[in-house]
Amino acid sequence: MDRFVFLTLDGLSRGAVYAAFALALVLIWRAARIVNFAQGAMAVATAYVAYSVSAATGSYWLGFLAALAAGLLLGAAVDLAVMRFVDHRSPLNPVIVALGLVLLIQAVLGMVYGNEFLPAEAPFSRSALTVAGVAVLSPYDLFAFAAVGVVVVGLAWIFTRTAVGLRMRAAAFAPEVSRLLGVNVGGMLTLGWALASGVGALAGMLVIPTELGLHPHAMDLVFVSAFTAAVVGGLDSPPGAVVGGLAVGLLLSYVSGYAGSDLTPLAVLVLLLAVLLVRPGGLFAPVAARRV
Amino acid sequence: MSATRAAAPPRTPAPDAGPGPAGGRRVPTLLRHLAVAAVAALLLTAVSYGLDPFRNFQLATVAAYLCATAGLTVLTGLNGQLSLGHGALMATGAYTVAFCQTAFLDAGLTGGWWLALSLAAAVLAALAVGAVVGVAAARLRGPYLAGVTLAVAVVVPALTVTFDGVFNGEQGLSVPVEPPPAGLGPYFPYERWQLWVAAAATLLALVLLANLVRSRYGRTFRAVRDDEVAARLAGIHVARTQVLAFVVSAAGAGLGGALLAVLAQSVSPGAFSLTLSLFLLMAVVIGGLGSLAGALWGAVLLVVLPDLTHTLTEQFTLSPAVAQRMEGNLPLAIFGVTLIVVMIAAPGGVQGLLARLGRALAARLPGRRRS
Amino acid sequence: MPPSTRRGLAIATAIALLATSAACSGDDGGSPGRGPVPGVTDTEIVVGTHMPLTGPASAGYSKIAPATKAYFDYVNANGGVHGRKITYKIMDDGYNPANTQQVVRQLVLQDKVFAVLNGLGTPTHTGVLDFLKSNRVPDLFVASGSRSWDQPDKYPGTFGFNPDYTVEGKILANHVKTALPGKKVCFLGQDDDFGRDSLAGVEQVLGAGAVVAKQTYVTSNTNVAPQIGAFKAAGCEVVVLATVPGFTALAVGTAARLGFKPQWLVSNVGADHPTLAKQLGEAAPLLEGMIGVNYLPMQNDTANPWIQLFTKVNKEHNGDAPFDGNTVYGMAVGYLFVQVLQAAGKDLTRESVLAAVSRGGYQGPGLAPLRFSETDHSGYGGERLTRVSGGVQAYFGPAYETDEGDGPVREYTAAPVTPPANGIPTAS
Repeated sequence: MDRFVFLTLDGLSRGAVYAAFALALVLIWRAARIVNFAQGAMAVATAYVAYSVSAATGSYWLGFLAALAAGLLLGAAVDLAVMRFVDHRSPLNPVIVALGLVLLIQAVLGMVYGNEFLPAEAPFSRSALTVAGVAVLSPYDLFAFAAVGVVVVGLAWIFTRTAVGLRMRAAAFAPEVSRLLGVNVGGMLTLGWALASGVGALAGMLVIPTELGLHPHAMDLVFVSAFTAAVVGGLDSPPGAVVGGLAVGLLLSYVSGYAGSDLTPLAVLVLLLAVLLVRPGGLFAPVAARRV
Repeated sequence: MSATRAAAPPRTPAPDAGPGPAGGRRVPTLLRHLAVAAVAALLLTAVSYGLDPFRNFQLATVAAYLCATAGLTVLTGLNGQLSLGHGALMATGAYTVAFCQTAFLDAGLTGGWWLALSLAAAVLAALAVGAVVGVAAARLRGPYLAGVTLAVAVVVPALTVTFDGVFNGEQGLSVPVEPPPAGLGPYFPYERWQLWVAAAATLLALVLLANLVRSRYGRTFRAVRDDEVAARLAGIHVARTQVLAFVVSAAGAGLGGALLAVLAQSVSPGAFSLTLSLFLLMAVVIGGLGSLAGALWGAVLLVVLPDLTHTLTEQFTLSPAVAQRMEGNLPLAIFGVTLIVVMIAAPGGVQGLLARLGRALAARLPGRRRS
Repeated sequence: MPPSTRRGLAIATAIALLATSAACSGDDGGSPGRGPVPGVTDTEIVVGTHMPLTGPASAGYSKIAPATKAYFDYVNANGGVHGRKITYKIMDDGYNPANTQQVVRQLVLQDKVFAVLNGLGTPTHTGVLDFLKSNRVPDLFVASGSRSWDQPDKYPGTFGFNPDYTVEGKILANHVKTALPGKKVCFLGQDDDFGRDSLAGVEQVLGAGAVVAKQTYVTSNTNVAPQIGAFKAAGCEVVVLATVPGFTALAVGTAARLGFKPQWLVSNVGADHPTLAKQLGEAAPLLEGMIGVNYLPMQNDTANPWIQLFTKVNKEHNGDAPFDGNTVYGMAVGYLFVQVLQAAGKDLTRESVLAAVSRGGYQGPGLAPLRFSETDHSGYGGERLTRVSGGVQAYFGPAYETDEGDGPVREYTAAPVTPPANGIPTAS
């Protein structure tokens, strides 16, 4: 029983981060119909910014803020400098450009910082607190939960309660009509990229201290898990991303705990097939607009 | 929208301008393809004598990749399905060849034709796996299909580690391959023989694929890609067509993987990672999704671009401190920039660019306007 | 003309174009200068290697080949070996066996290297063994502790360098047996031959049933909490790790997180303190008391003449890159190769260099014996224990030697040698 509680909590704390990262993917998918394969590399780049800022100032939190700011800027820059010029008629073209960006970003990071692991600091203790003899969550896990929670609530608020959120949704779902109604569709798209990349940066800051450390490839595996999570939940659904993230986190934890860590990819495939064969658009897919 | 049109190449020449749908005209098509293949075979034989062993090996590798990229072109370019898991199908072919060749060797069966049998077995195995994945894929669209195929790609290393008694884990298996036949003389370069084997298998596969593309099946593939609803209304069984496309594509990938294993004389999961699947996709898109010629350019790029960027970066003389940072990273950066620039400047890929150039040239020549 | 013919012609033209361009660029691959020995002229010896310079596996390893090259540059600056300068071609394979195939063929067929030196990685290098054998390329000092390199009958030109993982496991287990008797022993290993061979060594010494809990990890899953949780539940007091550095740090960090403090014993591959401390950052004090094994001088032992020599070379020829265990390793490989070249004599051939390695008897920076002989192609045959104390990793106790079978773990008592005054070995 102790082991079950332990594996559940451990899985949830990882799942929260996958959820945040999946959310970033969902944001860009909703805004631009692009699966941003460069999300992981972009998040790593912002984590390196945090590393440099923290090293220069000695403050974790200045680095943390710098990473978020860098995330917003990088997202906007990727849209304005690259994605804007990509022919979107074939949905594969942006995917290939994103893969090109991955190579470029990782190579540049390797040149500047070297292909070595750098320490990734955690702002709170990662030692688990013990409740009734069972090791439960660490302060750092609680921090991660809180940060992801703030992001989820904040995004929900922006999209449902603010004018700019409404405009972003309008620009994504009916660009032509929105343009006629005076919405700056291009600007909204850039804003969407910036927000998504900012959320990705946060996810990176949260997950990298729990992994091997800071490395140009630090987010590769996280990207695979988060993409799975987003697909399981449904790429059009932010709640789906959160549920998908937690589900993938739990699954990985249970399978490595009870069956062996080498089986986790197989379990992920089974989960995907089980979900998608029943609901081809993910768990939280909206009612299909056109079924034939 | 992209749910149905996963990958419409932007600038394909009208695909069915050729012979009509009547079955009677198909034989000439086959003959034409055979003739082209024969010319290519002659050319390659001549070329194999002119090249040093390393270039022969590179060309053989191109041939192996070409099977996989041609298969992926059929799936993604012609049928509009996206796959991030073709590396896994290649691995299926590669491991099958390893098992067959080892079994034949253990049974004392040696000789060139057993290799052909192994390759056929590899194609069949990949076909079977492709059918399973394809049935699942036919229900899925766009990124959801991408997600499942990505998971398939990631499963391969896990399986080889879990069943390491069979697959020997990350170290992989060796693939015993016969030396060139004695009839070719004692000093026949091994790499030339490798090129011959790979090129023969690939040309055969290409002829079959090219014929399929030109056949009724090819047209249903494209019809499903362009508009599923219209295809359904026209009486095409959409799901069955998609499974068929996946199976054909898997066979190509299986043969490609098998050839790679034969060339390398070994197979290990690290060679068929997710990275390979992503690179295959990059190759076919950069090459040009619309046609098998695009697949050729893609395969060439997969082999030449890393080599080229490496050579390019070797030209710089750098201080040790700078060189340490640049080594390995600079080629990757150049590779990445190339991908981005090509996609922005020539969204139709290399083949699209060439077609555009060709049309521009044709337009300048007076009196050569095609109907 | 019908479209299919046009397309077919396009393909044929493309092939022809490619072939022509390949033929043009293929001309530069001609044999360099005199004689029948590939890669050797009166003034130059070309050798090559394959290493992960990029990609997830590059951490740490990417520093080895530049260090070796720096040592060669040092030797070249001092006149080279028998008047020949050593050119070291470093190819990046990203730890991907498919890339290794390409780059090693490029080295052998196009660059015509004399030998492949210190190719890194078990899955990567396994794939090119047959190719190197059929081209008769000396395949020296493979950078991996797999036992595959020690097959003199099957691969007469391949020699190892690292102590193999079973030897390591036996020496670690011997320490448990003598210094920590009666403790509950557990084992975490990488799910490949690294973990398996190491576990075999541990069980060889302690007995098959002695390891209470055995867990494995795969590099594609960075969550080791389930495994460490199982150790805690089993009440382990000693944990032997056959892990790469990243996973050593993960295991130690995760254990601390779970309030689990066993005695760690770590295989050489994953025990480099500077690497681990860098990765753990502020949590580096967790490494206090960790026991590891090594067979080369400690990079922080500034009194050691080898370290003084290598530091000097690093300053002069390696851009004063951060000096760590990988730098020492790379230079030790370079030193051994120069020793072998000296021993092979002025009339250098592939046969003479292989014969020189097989003669054995090389003594350099290593603390354990190199076992090279006609019948033994494995590298170092022993190691010495290290302990982290006060944030400094240092050797303690004697060096040990053993074999990969059921031979005993013995003390190795030969006195360490000092480097020659100019840092370059001479023909003995």
